[in-house]
Amino acid sequence: MLADLGEDARPLAGGHSLIPMMKLRLATPSHLVDLAGVPELKGIRQDGGDIVIGATTTQHELIGSALLADELPILRETSLLIADPQVRYLGTIGGNVANGDPGNDMPAVMMCLGATYQVAGKAGERRIAAREFYQGAYFTALEPGEIVTAIHIKAPPAGHGWAYEKLKRKVGDYATAAAAVVLTMDSGKVATCSIGLTNVSETPLWAEEAEKILVGSALDDATVKKAVAAAEAITSPAADSRGPVHYRTKMAGVMLTRALARAKERAR
Amino acid sequence: MAKSHITLTVNGKSEEALVEPRTLLIHFLREQLNLTGPHIGCDTTHCGACTVDLDGKSVKSCTVFAVQANGGTIRTIEGMANPDGTLHALQEGFREMHGLQCGFCTPGMITRAWRLLQENPSPTEDEIRFGIAGNLCRCTGYQNIVKAIQYAAAKLNGVPFQEAAE
Repeated sequence: MLADLGEDARPLAGGHSLIPMMKLRLATPSHLVDLAGVPELKGIRQDGGDIVIGATTTQHELIGSALLADELPILRETSLLIADPQVRYLGTIGGNVANGDPGNDMPAVMMCLGATYQVAGKAGERRIAAREFYQGAYFTALEPGEIVTAIHIKAPPAGHGWAYEKLKRKVGDYATAAAAVVLTMDSGKVATCSIGLTNVSETPLWAEEAEKILVGSALDDATVKKAVAAAEAITSPAADSRGPVHYRTKMAGVMLTRALARAKERAR
Repeated sequence: MAKSHITLTVNGKSEEALVEPRTLLIHFLREQLNLTGPHIGCDTTHCGACTVDLDGKSVKSCTVFAVQANGGTIRTIEGMANPDGTLHALQEGFREMHGLQCGFCTPGMITRAWRLLQENPSPTEDEIRFGIAGNLCRCTGYQNIVKAIQYAAAKLNGVPFQEAAE
């Protein structure tokens, strides 16, 4: 249906990005296809070593999931920082990752986790890595008529450390800057490390260089500083009401520093 | 555009209506059902004045289409009082604790607090503040709203309400 109607149609999940955009006339679809009646798109399950999250699973459901609390606690931590309770009851993870809004929190977390998105369209199904999905503000690898149906995440090893640090002006705001970190420690040294950054570029960012600097270190101040500088170097935030470019870049660095410290504390 | 036929339960009463697909739930409730308790404040999903309960969730009815509520169960502030007409513990709490001044945010606050207490009958002060973070009040500074919810929680749990020392 979405494929047949083409550009005139938009899928409606939680509606908490699309309806505000329609009110502003930034989106004027002639047809909305409500995904709420498709139960296959909902739910959280384990599939081997993967966690599979249906696209219309709400932030509220993510927060309440015992499976995620055990296996992927960073998702709960992130969800609790998104918008407010009412929005979380309806806002979906699929909408959050597929909309391509650089202000959304989940995309950087998905890049950090190395998630893949399962996508369906008229031509069939395919998978796209989160790290290759985001092309520009509101531009993604989705073709017209395609929707994200599920997210596949390889569960990080037990004992991993995690943190999502978000600076925002008030409850419900998008991030001035935010950083997601997942790491594992071995004998006091970083064994693996993964970093995503939110809202400091046209797309969420995967801070690969910073990760390489940190692996093998004990997260000492000098190494962290070097990694933070590498992460700041890939940002290109817009100057807006959340602050000027330099400030937002530096805040990305501060969020990363805090996230690394908290992730290290939690790692076993 | 052709109107859509919807059926839903609002405050315990079955309703049937024809709505345009673009009609927002808040407009349907206020203009077609004459339930003007839920208010239109910001119309941008921020303020929470339009909060109603839909299928066990607090939702901002300015950001839901009426057709999305088809088949659903809704409670608004009009459905909050006890069946015998006495005030619900939350309504009583807001009156006793001076949880409102102008009253514009109150229907949304109470409807949201109602769902919060369904999920967490004995919330801490922090949990209350986190739970009502999607509802803005520009009069009270929230202090008395938090007290009003604590008052209601205590009453519903059958324990005496004790105001925290300031």
